[in-house]
Amino acid sequence: MNALPCTIYLSFVGALLALAAGMRSAATARVVALLTALTGFGVALSAAAHFVPGPGLQNLINLPWIPDLGIRYHLAADGISLTLILLTGIAAVAGILFSWNIEERAGEFFALFLTLIGGVYGVFLSADAFTLFVFYEIAIVPKYFLIANWGSTNREYGAMKLVLYSFAGSALVLAGLLWAYAAGVAHGFAPSFALHDLATAATHFTRGEQLGMFALVFLGFAVLAGLFPFHTWAPTGHVAAPTAASMLLAGVVMKLGAYGCLRVAMPLFPVGLEYWQPVIAWLAIIGIIYAGLVALVQDDFKFVIGYSSVSHMGFVLLGLAVANAQAVSGAVLQMFSHGVIAGLLFAVVGRMVYERTHTRKLADLRALPLHRLMPFAALTFVLAGLASMGLPGFSGFPAELTILIGTWKTSPLWATFAAVGVLVAAAFTLRVIQVSFFGSSDRTSLPADAAAHPLPPITWAERAGAMLLIAATVYVGLKPDVLLQWINPALQSPLFQAALRGGTP
Amino acid sequence: MSPDYTGLFQALRPETSLLFGALVALGLDLSLFRRHTSGERLNLALWIGALAVLAAGAHVWFGPHGPIFGGVLILDPLAVATRLGVLALTLLTLGVATAARTPRNPAEYVAIILFATTGFMLMAAAQQLLLAFLALELASLSLYVLAGFDKTRPESAEAALKYFLFGGMAAAFLLFGFSLIYGLTGSIELLEIARQLTLQGLSPLLVVALVMVLVAFGFKAAAAPFHLWAPDVYEGAPTPSAAFIASASKLAGFTLFARLLWPGLRAAAGNVSTLHGAPGWLPAVAVISAVSLLLGNFAALAQTNVRRLLAYSAIAHAGALLLGVIAAGRSGPAPFFFYAATYGLATVGAFGVLAVVERTGSCQKITDLAGLHRRSPLLAGCLAIFMLSLAGIPPLAGFFGKFTVFAAALQLGGLAGPAGWLAFLAIALSALALYYYLIVLKQALVAPPTANASRIVVPTLARFTLMAAAGLIVLFGVAPSLLLDLF
Amino acid sequence: MNSSLPLLSLLVFTPWAGAAVLALLCGASATMSRVLALVFSLSTLALGLVVLRAFDPARTTPQFVEHHDWITALNVHYYLGLDGMSLLLVLLTGIVTPVALLASWRVDHCPRMFGALFLLLQGAALGVFLALDFFHWFLFWELSLVPAYFLIKLWGGPGATRAAYQFVVYTIGGSAFMLLGFAAIFAATGTLDFTQLAQLGADGTLAQKLTALGGWGPRAIFLGVLLGLAVKVPLFPFHTWLPPAYAEAPTGASMFLTGVMSKMGVYGFLRILWPLFPAQLHAATPCLLWLALGGVVLGAFAAMKQTDLKRMVAYSSINHLSYCLLALFAVSSATGRPGLSSEAATAALSGTLLQMFNHGLSAAALFFCIGILESRAGGRRGLDDFGGVRTAAPIFAGLCGIAMFSSLGLPGLNGFVGEFLIFRGVFGLDPSAAAVACLGLFATAFFLLTFWQRVFHGPSRQGGTTGEFRDVSGVELAALVPLVVLMFVFGVLPHLLTGLFNPLITSWAGHLVLP
Repeated sequence: MNALPCTIYLSFVGALLALAAGMRSAATARVVALLTALTGFGVALSAAAHFVPGPGLQNLINLPWIPDLGIRYHLAADGISLTLILLTGIAAVAGILFSWNIEERAGEFFALFLTLIGGVYGVFLSADAFTLFVFYEIAIVPKYFLIANWGSTNREYGAMKLVLYSFAGSALVLAGLLWAYAAGVAHGFAPSFALHDLATAATHFTRGEQLGMFALVFLGFAVLAGLFPFHTWAPTGHVAAPTAASMLLAGVVMKLGAYGCLRVAMPLFPVGLEYWQPVIAWLAIIGIIYAGLVALVQDDFKFVIGYSSVSHMGFVLLGLAVANAQAVSGAVLQMFSHGVIAGLLFAVVGRMVYERTHTRKLADLRALPLHRLMPFAALTFVLAGLASMGLPGFSGFPAELTILIGTWKTSPLWATFAAVGVLVAAAFTLRVIQVSFFGSSDRTSLPADAAAHPLPPITWAERAGAMLLIAATVYVGLKPDVLLQWINPALQSPLFQAALRGGTP
Repeated sequence: MSPDYTGLFQALRPETSLLFGALVALGLDLSLFRRHTSGERLNLALWIGALAVLAAGAHVWFGPHGPIFGGVLILDPLAVATRLGVLALTLLTLGVATAARTPRNPAEYVAIILFATTGFMLMAAAQQLLLAFLALELASLSLYVLAGFDKTRPESAEAALKYFLFGGMAAAFLLFGFSLIYGLTGSIELLEIARQLTLQGLSPLLVVALVMVLVAFGFKAAAAPFHLWAPDVYEGAPTPSAAFIASASKLAGFTLFARLLWPGLRAAAGNVSTLHGAPGWLPAVAVISAVSLLLGNFAALAQTNVRRLLAYSAIAHAGALLLGVIAAGRSGPAPFFFYAATYGLATVGAFGVLAVVERTGSCQKITDLAGLHRRSPLLAGCLAIFMLSLAGIPPLAGFFGKFTVFAAALQLGGLAGPAGWLAFLAIALSALALYYYLIVLKQALVAPPTANASRIVVPTLARFTLMAAAGLIVLFGVAPSLLLDLF
Repeated sequence: MNSSLPLLSLLVFTPWAGAAVLALLCGASATMSRVLALVFSLSTLALGLVVLRAFDPARTTPQFVEHHDWITALNVHYYLGLDGMSLLLVLLTGIVTPVALLASWRVDHCPRMFGALFLLLQGAALGVFLALDFFHWFLFWELSLVPAYFLIKLWGGPGATRAAYQFVVYTIGGSAFMLLGFAAIFAATGTLDFTQLAQLGADGTLAQKLTALGGWGPRAIFLGVLLGLAVKVPLFPFHTWLPPAYAEAPTGASMFLTGVMSKMGVYGFLRILWPLFPAQLHAATPCLLWLALGGVVLGAFAAMKQTDLKRMVAYSSINHLSYCLLALFAVSSATGRPGLSSEAATAALSGTLLQMFNHGLSAAALFFCIGILESRAGGRRGLDDFGGVRTAAPIFAGLCGIAMFSSLGLPGLNGFVGEFLIFRGVFGLDPSAAAVACLGLFATAFFLLTFWQRVFHGPSRQGGTTGEFRDVSGVELAALVPLVVLMFVFGVLPHLLTGLFNPLITSWAGHLVLP
C-alpha cells in the first residue's frame, strides 16, 4: 500500500531511462518501458492485495511543499483511486505492448508515454488540490507530442485541438480552485489546498460562490471527460493519435476528467452539485445518445470508436451527476470498464487493422474478409464490441446496471433515456462489427490479391496485450465485487457523503 | 541626521564590483588583448564580467539589509531578491553571448551589459524618486546601446532608434510625473510622499501625475497600449541584447514600479475588489493589464516570426505581471517577483536557444526551427522546457509563477470583483497562449528538418548556460519555496 | 441439494466447456469437430435424464438449488434451481440441440466454429431456463444472442447480414428496457432474486414499493419488462424481426431458434412477468389478449400468403407461440374473477407448457424438413419449386407429414394435446377470445395442407434443376426419427410430460388471486 507513490516516481524515472535507452536502440527503449510499466502494475497489484477497504483516504505521504501557500505534497488512496490506479497499470502495460512496432524515435515515444502515465498515477493518488492539479497538467502536454509525432490522419490538428481543450478545461479548474482557496482564506481559514480543508471551508461559502466554483471546477474537469457539447476534441484526438495514445486517451485520460469531477468538484461544493445536477445529467444523456447516433453513421472505423467513447463516458457523467451511492459506484466501475474496453477497441482498430490494411474506411474494410484474414483480431474485436455494448459477462454490464439503478432512484426519466442510450450503443457496435470484420461473407475463397499478399501475422505482443485487457474486462464483469468492495466503502467517507446526500428522493 | 557614507559604500559594493569589472574588461581589452581575435577578446570580457557578477552576487548575499543612507536605498527582501535575480539573469545573458555572433567590440558589449546591470541593481533598491529615475535612465541608455550594437544590420539600428525614441519619451513622462508628485508632496522620499498623500487624498493634479507615471512605466514594461517598440526591438536587436531586455530589465523595472506604487502611492491606490470601488491607480493598472493580456495573446497567435512571437508573449506576460503588482498590495511582492524572475529565466533560455541556432543561419521564422530535435536534441529539449514554462505547464517554474500570481489576485474579492475577472481572463488566455507556444514546439520537436539543415554544435559554455536555465526552471517549479523563502 | 454434485451448473457449463474445447482444437478435422459438438450437446440430454430421475414432481419449489454469494454490492447470488417448467425446457433443449447439430452435418464452412457457437448457444439457453437471479439470467439471455447472431450472419442465406442485425438490435432494444425495469426494481427492493421477487409480487409488496416511486414509474417498469420479453417471443406486433431471421438462418440454427430460443421468451413471461406483476398484467390483459389473438390469427394468415417455405413455418411459429401467450393472458385476465374455474386455468397453463415443448419438437422438425428440401433444390425453397416429392422420397414425405400434422394438431400426435388444453382452458376463461383464435386453427390447417399438397403431390418440378430427389440419408434419418418418435410418444402419453409439472400448475392455479 505504502509503495503506491512509487508508481509515479517509477514512471518518471522510467521515462528518463527510456529516453536514454532510445539513443541506443528502439528495442532497448521498449523493453525498458515495458519493464517500467510492469513494475508499476505490479506495485499497484500488490497494493491492491494489501488494501483494507474503508471510508476516507488512507495517507501515503504528506509533506509540506510550499508552506507559504499552505500547499502540501499529499498523496493518499482510497478504493476509488485504487481502482483507477489498477486501470492505469493495465492500460500502461497494454499500451506499450501495442506500441511494440514503433521504431522511429522510440525512446522519445516511450518517454512521453511514461510521463503521461506518471502524471495519471499522480492525479489518482493526490489528496491535495494543488498536487492533483500539477499532475493533471503534467499529463496534458505529452499527449500533444505523442499525437503530433506518431499520429495519423490530420494529426497536428487533432493534437492541438485536444491539448487546447484539455488546457482550457484545466484553466477553468484552476480558476475555480484558486477562487475556493482565496474564499477560504477570506473566511478566516488557514491557507490550504488540501481537499479536506477546502471542503471544510466550502461549507461556509455563500450559495453563489458554491454554484460558481462548482460550475468552474466541474466543467473544467468534465471537458476532459467528454461532456457534451465539449466533447469534440475526443473523436478527432482519438482518431489522430497513435494506437497506444488513443488507448491511453480514451482509456485513462478521459477518466482523469471524471475522477476530477468526483474527487474535487463534487465533495467540495455539494450545494453547487445539487443546483447543477439536472443540467449535467441532461448534457450527459444528450452526449450518450447523440454520440451514439453519430457513431452509427461514421465511415471511419476509428471515429466510430471515438464517438463510442464519448457515449460511454456519458454514462460515467450521468452516474456522477445523479450523485447517489449506487450511481456513483457504478460510474467508477464504468470508468474502469470503459478504460479497458476502449483500450481494446482502439488496439484492434489502430494496431491490428490499420497498420496491416492501411485503411480505416469502413467501405474499404467491408470488401475484405477480415474475419478470415485475421481471426484473432476479429475475435478480440467481437469480444470488445460485446463488452462495449454492455452485454452481461463483461465489465460494462454491472457498471451500466448499477448506474441505471442509481439513476432510477433519482429520476426515472433520466434512466429511461439512458436505456435508450444502451440500445443505440448496441446498434452502432453491432454495425461496426458487422461491416468491419464480417463485411465480406464470401465463404468459398479468399480474393486473389488477399491470398497473394497475406497480412502480417498478429505478433505475440499484440496477443499478450489483448489477452490482458480481455481478462480484465471479463474478470470484472463476472466478479464486479472485487472493485465494488473497494469503491463502496470509499463512498462512505464524510466528504463523499456530503456530496451524495442530495441524491436520494 | 548625518549621512552614513560607510553604510552607503557597504551597500553599494555590488554595484562597485560591477563597475570595476566593466572597467577592467574595457582596460584589458584596450591594452593587453588588442591584437587577439575577437573571439578571444569576447571570452576574456565575458569571464571578467561573469566574475564581477559573481562577486556582486556575493556582496548582495552577505551585504547589509534594511534602509540605507537615510532611506534613499532600501535593502528589503524584495530588493535583495531582485538584485540576486538580476545578477543571475545577467550571468545567463553573458552565457548566451558566448554562443551568439561575436560583436565587433566585445569588451564594450560586456561592459555595457554590466553598466545596465548596475542600473538594475539600483532600481531594485531605490526608494527615492531621483535615484529611481537616474537608475532607470542608466539602465535604459545602456539598453538602447545594446539594442543597436550590431552595427552591420540595419534592423539592429532601427530597433535601437525605436527603442530610444519611445524610451526617451517615456523618460520625459516619468520625469514630469515625478516632478508633479514632488510638487504635491514636497518630497522625493517615497515614505514621506506616502505620508503626505494619506493626508491629501486624490487630487486632480495627482491624477495627472499618476497618468504620467503609468504611461511611462507602460512604455518601459512594454505593456499595451504602449508596447509598439517591443516587437521591433526583439526582432532587430542582437540576440543576447534581446534576451537581456526581455529578462533582467523586466524584473528590475517591475520591482521599481511596485515599490513606487505600493509603499509610495498606496494612498491613491483605489480599489479593484468590487466594481464600484474607490478610484485610483489600481483600476488604471487593471485596465492596462487586461489590454496587455488580450492584445499580447491574440497578436501572438498571428506571428510567424519567432522573436516577434516572443515579444507579443512578453506583452501578455507584462499583463499578468501587472496583475501581480495589483495583488502585491495584499499578498506582498513575492508572487510577482517569482513570476518575473522565472519569466526572465525562460526568456533568456529561449533567446539563448535562438542564439545557438543562429550560428548556422538565420533564425527569425518559426519554421527556421524545423527539425531541431534532429539537429540538436539538447536544444530542442531545452526549448521545450522554456516554452512550456512560459506557457505555464507544471512542474516548470512558469506554472507556479502564474499560480501564485492568480492566487494572490483572487484574494482580492474572489471572482466577484474586477480583480477576480482579470485573473480569470488571464487564466483563460493562458490556454490560448499554449497554442502559440506549441506552434513553436511543433516546429522544433515534430516537423522534419529542412533538406539543407545541418546538425548544430552547441558551444560548451552555451550548453552549460542553457542547461542551467532549464535546470533552474525545473528546480523552481518543483521547489518554489527556494525563491519564496527569500521573502 | 440432495446431491453433492452441482448438477445444474454441469448442465449449463458442459456445453460451454465443449465450445471452449472446440475453439481451442485448431487442428481438428471437420468430422471430428462435428462428432465432438454432438457429444457435448448430448450431455444435456444425459444430465437432464439424471436430473429427471432424482426430480420430485410433487415439490413446487426449485430443486437442485445452487445458491452462492456472488456480487455482494448488488445483492446478487449465483442461484440456479429447477422446477417442472425448467426441467421440461431443459429436456427440450437436450433433444433439439443434438438434432439440430445432426441436421447441420453438411455444414462445410468451418464446422469447428459452427459447433462451438452452437454449444455456446445451448449453454446460454440452459442458463436462462435454470437461473433464478436476474443478474445471470440476463447474462445468459443476452449472451445467447451472440452465437445466434454469428450463426445467422456467417452461415445464413444471402440476406443474413441484415436479418441478423435486425434480430439482435430488436432483441437488445427490448432487453435494454427490461434491464431498466430491473434496475428500477432493484432500486425499490434491493434484490434481484426471482423467488424473492415473486413472493413480493404475490403479496403486493413489490407493487407498493414501486408505487412509492410515484408517477408513471411502475407502469414504465412493467412495460419495460414486458417489452423485453415480448420482442423475444415474439408478441405481435414486435415480431417483424422473426421471419427474416428464421428464414435466413442456416437450418440447424433455425431449428434451435424456433425450438428453444423462442421458448425463452414464453418462459420469461411465466417465470418473471406474471409472478412479479400479477396486478399489472391483469390490468393490461384486455389489450394484451388482443395482441396475442393478433399473433394467432395474423400469424396464420401471413403464413398462408408465403411462398417461401421457411418464412411460412416462421410465421406459423408466431402463431403457435401466440397460443401460449393467449392462454397465459386469459388466465391472468380471469384472475380474481368471482367463480373462476381453477380447472380451466389449470388446463390453460398445462396447455401452455405442453405447447412450448411440442412446438419445439414439431417446428424444429419442420425446419429440418425444409432444410432437406432446400439442400436438394440447390438452395431454393419456394412453395412452387417442388412437387411430387412423395413419389421420389417416400420416407422423407412420411416423416415430414407426421411433423406437419403434429404442428397442425392432429389427435394422436403431440401437438394436439397442448392446443386442445389451451383451447379448453381459454374457452372456460374467455370464450370470445377462444372463438377468434379458432380462425387461426383453420388457417394453420389450410396452409400446412397446401404445403403438403404442393410439395409432396402434384407434378414433379424439381427434376429439371437438381436431378432426382434423393431420399433421406442416414444422418438425416438419425435426426428426424427421434423427433417423430417423440411426437408419437407424447401424443399418446402426454402424462409423461404433464406429470412433471402438474403439481406446479396446480399450485399456480390455486393462487389466482390479486394481491
